[in-house]
Amino acid sequence: MGITLPILILALPFAMFLILGLGGVKMSRKLAGVLGILANGCLLVMSYIVAFTYFFSGDSEFILDGVRQQVQLYDVTWLAFTERLVVNIGFILDPISAMMLIVITTISFMVHLYSWGYMEHEPGFQRYYAFLALFTFSMLGLVVATNIFQMYIFWELVGVSSYLLIGFFYKLPSAVSASKKAFIVTRFADLGMLIGILVLSYYTPTFNFLELTHNPGAVMASTGGATFMGASVLTWAMVLIFTGGMGKSAMMPLHIWLPDAMEGPTPVSALIHAATMVVAGVYLVARMFPLYLEVEASLLFITCVGAITAFYAAVVACCQIDIKRILAFSTISQIAFMMVSLGVARPELHDGMGYMASMFHLFTHAMFKALLFLGAGALIHAVHSNNYTSMGGLRKYMPITHWTFLIGCLAIAGIWPFSGFFSKDEMLAAMYANNALWGVWMTMVAGLTAFYMFRMYFLVFWWEENPHYKEHKPHDAPWQMSVPLIILAAVSCVAGFIPFGEFVTWNRLPYHIHIDWVGVAIPSLVIAACAIALAAWLYMKKNTKPAAMKNAFPVLWQAANRRFYWDEIYMFVTHKIIFNGICRGIAWFDRHVIDGTMDGLASMTQFFSLKIRGMQSGSVQTYVIWYFIGAVLLAAITWICLL
Amino acid sequence: MDYSQFGAMLPELIILGIFLVVFLFDTFSGERAKKALTPLTVILFGLGTVAIWLIPSCDMEVFGGMYVDSPACKAIKAILNIGVFIVFLQSAKWAESDEVAIRKGEFYELILVTLFGMYLMVSARHFLLFVIGLESASLPLAALVAFNKKHYESHEAAVKYILTAVFSSAVLLMGLSFVYAFSGGSLYFYDISRNIVSGEGSGLLAIALAFVIAGIGFKLSLVPFHLWTADVYQGAPTAITSYLSVISKGSAAFAFFVIFAQAFGTVYSDMWEWMMYAVIIATITVGNLFAIRQKNMKRFMAFSSISQAGYIMLGIFAGGIGLASMMYYILVYIVSNLAVFAVISAVENKTGKVGMDDYDGLHKTNPWLSFAMTLAMFSLAGIPPFAGFFSKILIFTSVTSTGSMALYMLVLIALINTIISLYYYLLVVKAIWIKPGEAKVEAFRSAAGERAALWICVAGIVFFGIVPYLYEYCVKAVEGGL
Repeated sequence: MGITLPILILALPFAMFLILGLGGVKMSRKLAGVLGILANGCLLVMSYIVAFTYFFSGDSEFILDGVRQQVQLYDVTWLAFTERLVVNIGFILDPISAMMLIVITTISFMVHLYSWGYMEHEPGFQRYYAFLALFTFSMLGLVVATNIFQMYIFWELVGVSSYLLIGFFYKLPSAVSASKKAFIVTRFADLGMLIGILVLSYYTPTFNFLELTHNPGAVMASTGGATFMGASVLTWAMVLIFTGGMGKSAMMPLHIWLPDAMEGPTPVSALIHAATMVVAGVYLVARMFPLYLEVEASLLFITCVGAITAFYAAVVACCQIDIKRILAFSTISQIAFMMVSLGVARPELHDGMGYMASMFHLFTHAMFKALLFLGAGALIHAVHSNNYTSMGGLRKYMPITHWTFLIGCLAIAGIWPFSGFFSKDEMLAAMYANNALWGVWMTMVAGLTAFYMFRMYFLVFWWEENPHYKEHKPHDAPWQMSVPLIILAAVSCVAGFIPFGEFVTWNRLPYHIHIDWVGVAIPSLVIAACAIALAAWLYMKKNTKPAAMKNAFPVLWQAANRRFYWDEIYMFVTHKIIFNGICRGIAWFDRHVIDGTMDGLASMTQFFSLKIRGMQSGSVQTYVIWYFIGAVLLAAITWICLL
Repeated sequence: MDYSQFGAMLPELIILGIFLVVFLFDTFSGERAKKALTPLTVILFGLGTVAIWLIPSCDMEVFGGMYVDSPACKAIKAILNIGVFIVFLQSAKWAESDEVAIRKGEFYELILVTLFGMYLMVSARHFLLFVIGLESASLPLAALVAFNKKHYESHEAAVKYILTAVFSSAVLLMGLSFVYAFSGGSLYFYDISRNIVSGEGSGLLAIALAFVIAGIGFKLSLVPFHLWTADVYQGAPTAITSYLSVISKGSAAFAFFVIFAQAFGTVYSDMWEWMMYAVIIATITVGNLFAIRQKNMKRFMAFSSISQAGYIMLGIFAGGIGLASMMYYILVYIVSNLAVFAVISAVENKTGKVGMDDYDGLHKTNPWLSFAMTLAMFSLAGIPPFAGFFSKILIFTSVTSTGSMALYMLVLIALINTIISLYYYLLVVKAIWIKPGEAKVEAFRSAAGERAALWICVAGIVFFGIVPYLYEYCVKAVEGGL
């Protein structure tokens, strides 16, 4: 494959960012929107060509003796600080990056189209499309990174574009503080990642993924058995690198930014905070998976973090009122699912099926979660509120939204034959294979997932019609918004039948998926069906059972509703302990010692500047004399020193 | 005589060719045809620049080793050419002004002649040829400085320039005569490096080296040989000032490196390392200290350019990689400094104002000029991600890679000076964007040439740092041979 398409895939969205960002002010909304959508359409086509060529051409460049190859289409030196510290920029094509190309451009295109309807009346429409292009560029750069430093650069760029988009409605104080929160929390996590990268690169002379992952044993050997606080430095490096992933993928305890990030426009939530950016952490672990395999302790860490997060987020999601928050917690829970699945994957257990299943779920989840978010956007568009208390009985008014949303719910609940069933089934099978504890635990989370999704579904579309509908009748969204919903719903119906194991596995050999009906599939289907039935019993018709339950356990409900007080804990730690305790001393040091030095430098500069002014007298005789004195002094001093 | 040896001097021949065409056209064309002189020169020179970039270096010595055409020489010539091209673009408007239009041919011819001299300085491997190059780059410049016939300051500047230039030539030649004595009667760099040793009687060698440093340091305006700079920069027409501040400096810096690496390389550690150490610290610091108090933009840029010359010369301590960083620094400095001068000359041509106060609130009336000026100041101060940041970091790392403790200290001093320079560069930015009050310069549309020059400079400031190609180009050129 030539390098024209890969370069264009990165250049086009960046060019769109520049064009819309710089020239957007002078364009009409329609032109900016059409331009953005068309460019993204081209991007979609190009990415599909690249990805499908990779998967289906059978070219020996891409598949050799049944093994899919990892190809660096280009990899140029960008900065060479020293012999060891060389930063490259390149484009890697392998199963996961090709799959991510498809996911990112598909969802991005859907969101571009959808936003045309959704954002139609918002000020700053052009700016919005410019930011979307910037995000698409950064995310693509992240997944095709050939080395961990390039990934880090784009990792920060997606952070920036996420910040810009969350704070898009910059006149709302809540949006501004949410964007700051997201940026600071993820940036804090990225600090850990940077330290991890530096530790890793201190011991291994390369950032390149292929060199790192093709021979993880050598990487281990190059650390020379160095340890720190009882763990090998490689374990530290991998866990620290994973911290960055925890921040971006909103794992506990760094999950606090994602629910607040829902202040951004809903299509943005669908693109960034459901389908693409938040799975960057999963992608990072998958990208460096052979290295993680080398240090099993880090995989265990990932599994534990994921398992706790998955359960926590699922419980919180059961008690939220804002439908976007419910979806946000559901996203956290589902990403944690993928993390656990990666964490339990071992080559000896079904040929590392957990890895395949995790990537499969990443793919299906991106589709149905984007669908659910876009559906939620259509609901919010119709009733102008985020809370289910303003909805209810909407199925008659918004049939398209209703049916597509139902498909999304069935998919996430893992009901056959929707896509979520297949990927979740593979993940659970991988967990049972590793340890029954993880299997049982995550099956329970899967049951909770089905419950809270259908709780929301019934409360929004059934329950009782909201009296406000008489004044303001809700209706389905315009075609720009409905078309993406229908397409994504269709994908969610059929995506499960993709033989995913043929394309993406950890060792890039084909793996034949077979569903373990008796051991895993039927029990989890039964649990999901029971959960749905429970939700239907509680929420289908208006009744007092939910209120009674809430009143029976007020403390528990309140705690779950307040997300178990994580934000309060953070506020306490940052404001009371860090700001008051530690920062005062630092501030004193800064004001007196550091500023003092700088002030001293400044006044010294001023002083000398005044003193030597006479040298520049304007008379040419003085100039020549100084010149001559300078030359002679230079010679004389050197001479004296030599003697 | 073997005339085929002239084939190695292709860049010089190209410049000479352009000069002849411009000269003949200027002399024999009528009033009407003369209008085409500026576009003709710019286009010819543009083509010449492209040609010099594209033709490979033939990498050979000719005329018995007096002249060398190596990849590094060709690269620096190509870099200088970009600068001259930008100078031509930005001065096109000025050259067409009533006062100058009648003599604009001379302007182009003199510039081309001095450029030819600089080419010789760069390629010379024999002091005789070097001095010829130096003088032919020096004397016509005095005429150029005096180009604004009717302005008193212009004359004063020219007189100061010619007097100090003559004096410095005398000192240089004095130094060279000592060198001649040491080298056993040869002025070839190669012979000098073989015969020169420190030890007995090295006091004389110290004088010789100090005088050579002084002589070339004059062109680079190293402290304390810099005193002419401010008056000349202020008095000369802005087009000439910009030419002086970048092209003249760039060529002298390269020649300086070649001379000291090739002719005096053997006595580096015990003689001139410490001389240059002292001179560079003085240059960076004194340039900074004076720049802080300037109110006139051209005078301000004079001291800024003194300080920048100190940074450029840092590369001399780091051998080949130092030369590569130096060339890259020169290139970045060319675009950054010329962006500033393009703005200065645009404002000056329109309103005659050159005070720093006149830039107060410029963004209200001329946002694009303000934008370009700001980027240029950021780049000169070395703020990432602009090119100036990368050029500074590369030259610093090249020096620290030598691993010498003293040089670490030197880089530290340079870093502290960078902080000071940040202050005065940002003064300009502050005047443009932050100072309250009405703008003192009315809104105007710059001439096409000025705009083109600014676009090139701004593109350079933004992309030269991010795109790795140019630094690698310099490294490859240096690896290809001096």
